[in-house]
Amino acid sequence: MTTMSLSRGHVELLQFLRDRTAVVFTFFFPAMLLLLFGTIFGDEYTDSGISASQVFTASMVAYGILNTAFVTMGSGLAMDREDGTLKRLRGTPMPASAYLIGKALLVLVLSVAEAAVLILVGVLIFDMPLPDASHWVTFSWIFLLSVICCSLLGVAVSALVKNARNAGAILNVPVVALQFVSGVFIQPMSQLPDWLEKFASLFPVRWMAQGFRYVFLPDEAKSQEIGGSWDLGRVAMVLGVWCVIGLVLCLVTFRWSSRDR
Amino acid sequence: MAAVEVRDAVVRWGDTTAVDGVSLCVPRGRVLALLGHNGAGKTSLLQVCEGFRRPDSGEARVLGLDPVGDHDELMPRLGIMLQSGGVYPWAAAGEILRLFASFAAHPLDTDMLLDRLGLRRVERTRFRRLSGGEQQRLSLAVALVGRPELVFLDEPTAGMDTEARHTTWQLIEELRADGVSVLLTTHLLDEAERLADDVVIMRSGKVAATGTPAELTAAAGIDLLEVRADPGLDLTGLRTHRKVTETSPGEYAIAGELDTKGLAEVLGWFAAVDAHVTAVSSRRRTLEDVYLSLTTQATVGATE
Repeated sequence: MTTMSLSRGHVELLQFLRDRTAVVFTFFFPAMLLLLFGTIFGDEYTDSGISASQVFTASMVAYGILNTAFVTMGSGLAMDREDGTLKRLRGTPMPASAYLIGKALLVLVLSVAEAAVLILVGVLIFDMPLPDASHWVTFSWIFLLSVICCSLLGVAVSALVKNARNAGAILNVPVVALQFVSGVFIQPMSQLPDWLEKFASLFPVRWMAQGFRYVFLPDEAKSQEIGGSWDLGRVAMVLGVWCVIGLVLCLVTFRWSSRDR
Repeated sequence: MAAVEVRDAVVRWGDTTAVDGVSLCVPRGRVLALLGHNGAGKTSLLQVCEGFRRPDSGEARVLGLDPVGDHDELMPRLGIMLQSGGVYPWAAAGEILRLFASFAAHPLDTDMLLDRLGLRRVERTRFRRLSGGEQQRLSLAVALVGRPELVFLDEPTAGMDTEARHTTWQLIEELRADGVSVLLTTHLLDEAERLADDVVIMRSGKVAATGTPAELTAAAGIDLLEVRADPGLDLTGLRTHRKVTETSPGEYAIAGELDTKGLAEVLGWFAAVDAHVTAVSSRRRTLEDVYLSLTTQATVGATE
């Protein structure tokens, strides 16, 4: 079981890295956006005196995870389903769990790398200081919960994809839309109309971004958050609930092959 | 207990009925070939046996188990070769084979398989750069690597060159010698004739004929004798029990009772009329004759 999952993860990773287009356009895209946003708004400072580019860096870690977990998982699965990889694997003694663990390993490795690249851009280009040890502990659980929740939702949404060529487009709609309303692209979130703020708070992205801002920004920055606090309890709760919702959706919607042939 | 037993299987894809009440049985340790044109329902039937879908009606039992319900128990004992697709395009041939070997409890030696199937040269070549025949051979290796008791091969030699085709045939014969049961689809008559213990000919989703290749090609043996002798012989004496025609001057075609005694009689007659015989050739019906007559006729022929 472990060997199976590991060899699956190994091939998944080879597969991803050898497809250069995927590496450039999927993996490095968030870093590119961060460079753009950070440079454009680089001279601006928030009320608490923190540079906007650092706020972007912290928030963009959430985008990075959405990108590597939600989009990569969802489109990868849609692709495997369409080209028959899932079906072929179904015709072997490999249990379904080994398939998903293999994919999860890919997602985990990519997410760690993605977060590292974004943090590196923040540190090297926008002079973002690295947090202390206790903040790194908080980072780990927010990071893990985010990756799990986004991957599960990616698996679930892949069931809606009828044609794998459109997978990227379909999956990016919620990703991009939520980033505008969840305080990733547009800061601070309190600029939004009240109802939109409430609506966006139902989804995990706001809480992921808020959590990462807690990790990477000085404590004074919390005045920019809705309610003026980091509210880590709510971060854990919302992400946890979405993990459960994602898991249930996965179990209900998972299919081994495209419906018609 | 049979390796595969299908009873009255019906498979529909939307409004089209791909398999329409097919029954068949693969006894343990035997090779059954499903023959038919493209679209005759061979692959759909195989999908039912492989547990990829349930039949819309009827039943399939594989090694005594339900291919859908007992999936986990069954898979370690099966080898499945699909027609195409489903392999990581960016992974190399050797990596793919080793991945599938890692799923099996007691896999075959992957190096041996690579050598046997002539894949050593492309071990490090990515799947998408392999030729059609190489992809096909890799698919076969993937199906066999888990030491299955029963293999499903969907058009195993499609796209292979002659040499690879013969290697594949040899491998399938070795499998059978080891007691492995094989259900394969093909539209190559020589493949079926060489490999299969039993043949099922499918036409538009139904079974058109079943039997061993010998049964299907008429076990009687010779059913046509061609003799070259002097032209314009008077054939009345020979026509008592058989159909004789002079197809071209000096070429005689004799059909009918042609067992050993019959053959002696025919040649005896030529001797009796003092004919100068320069060539004798016998021809038996091939599977191809049977197949074509079954699959091109408007009405379905009965089992031979």
